[in-house]
Amino acid sequence: MKVKLKIWRQENAKAKGSFQTYNFDEVSPEMSFLEMLDAFNTKLITEGKEPVAFDHDCREGICGSCAMYINGHPHGPVSGITTCHLSMRMFKDGETITVEPWRAKAFPVIKDLIIDRTAFDKIQLAGGFISSNVGSAPEAHSMPVIKKNADDAFDAAICIGCGACVAACKNASAMLFVSAKVSQFALLPQGKVEAKERVQKMVAKMDDLGFGNCTNTYACEAECPKEISVTNIARMNREFLCAKVS
Amino acid sequence: MSMKLYSSLTKKYIMSLAGLFLLMFLLVHLTINLLLLFDDSGGLFNVAAHFMGTNPIIQAFQWVLFGGFAIHMLIGVILQIQNWMARPKRYNKRAISEESYFSKFMIHTGIIIFIFLVIHLTDFFVKKIGGVVPEITGGELAGMENMGILVVEKFKNGGYVLFYVTVFLILGFHLDHAFQSAFQSLGLNNNKYTPFIKWLSHFIAIVISIGFITIPVCIYFFK
Ligand code: HEM
Ligand code: FES
Repeated sequence: MKVKLKIWRQENAKAKGSFQTYNFDEVSPEMSFLEMLDAFNTKLITEGKEPVAFDHDCREGICGSCAMYINGHPHGPVSGITTCHLSMRMFKDGETITVEPWRAKAFPVIKDLIIDRTAFDKIQLAGGFISSNVGSAPEAHSMPVIKKNADDAFDAAICIGCGACVAACKNASAMLFVSAKVSQFALLPQGKVEAKERVQKMVAKMDDLGFGNCTNTYACEAECPKEISVTNIARMNREFLCAKVS
Repeated sequence: MSMKLYSSLTKKYIMSLAGLFLLMFLLVHLTINLLLLFDDSGGLFNVAAHFMGTNPIIQAFQWVLFGGFAIHMLIGVILQIQNWMARPKRYNKRAISEESYFSKFMIHTGIIIFIFLVIHLTDFFVKKIGGVVPEITGGELAGMENMGILVVEKFKNGGYVLFYVTVFLILGFHLDHAFQSAFQSLGLNNNKYTPFIKWLSHFIAIVISIGFITIPVCIYFFK
């Protein structure tokens, strides 16, 4: 199949950058989106041109590095998957595919499609951990956890920190990410100890880094490759309010 | 209210509480307005308007209401400016994902409500304070300002009715997102009640919007 690629090209963090359009004819529908980009880059290299810089690592949907905004959606038009799981089968023959980096003040572009997600690490460092050494897994009966809480904590903990929530949000808000990280601890006994401090520090850091505010638009939930729920945001709002007034 | 003084979440708590408070006010206002339809003489409406305009508790509360509007608008604008600043470069191609649609236009619908509010206050409130409202002649209510007449006169003008209807449709759009959003902002989300609150949000938006709209439409066509 043939596609027309409209890709954001930017030399480095300081450069202005612009869209370049390329025709790429050697696409097979079995390719994943990243394989297609690999093949395209090989073509660019043989032509003596600069390949398209993009981030990737695991290629199995768990590292969260394959950040790109494809045809108006983070990780492309299919919901519940990352770009590395996106198949070229999902596109029509001859389709123009627009590929952009995440756009947020807190995620500056480093080169082409690669963005700097250090902001998320900073939020984690502000409180996304527990400070005691918990050792190896304890005897299950020694610390009973309600099944629902364990499930909810797990559903929050599967966040891969890819930044699709920020990319999708009209305000470039990081609330879904931060609330998932707050929730995974707040729901479990080991995390409860520092819960109040944690939520305040993480929110303060998030505000500091220049992410937008939440308008409860819920595009984040719709676009999250791990389908993290906005109920986590409500939980964080609750945790923060309780921490402030108590 | 400096941008940094309160966290993003605190701003949203204040904003949502102020918004819910304004919603209460809208319901009271709507009830009084509907008196115009249910009582042809306009007497009930005039008594209610007189009570609202003279009762000391209501008079004091009026300032709380202005404060509520001021805070809601101020924080709304601050949050919106921060939100615009958070994405200095926009996307080239933006698709629509599943989302609360009217949440995208809160600032626009809000500003239109504000403009209406200014016009509305100069039309009625300032006239009343300025004492240029005709007085009721004869009957038990003689001497009281005849606010009812003022309203009916306004709504005999087709252009004004159209403007009023448009604004209240837009208010409906604001409220459609607003009510359920306030619950989420306050952390009141729950598998059991949230679907009901979302339904209630649409319901309240429709009731308030249609409620306010029926009045000018009925006056224009039937009075
Ligand atoms: C009677 C009139 C009004 C009512 C009942 C009302 C109610 C509400 C409520 C309940 C919310 C939800 C708050 C939340 O998401 O937590 C809201 C949001 C909002 N309102 Fe209003 N509002 C009114 C007038 C206005 C006006 C005059 C403005 C002018 C600027 C405005 C601007 C906004 C904005 C920008 C938001 C979104 C805030 C955000 O999510 O960040 N509103 N409104
Ligand atoms: S490359 Fe790891 S999630 Fe896509």
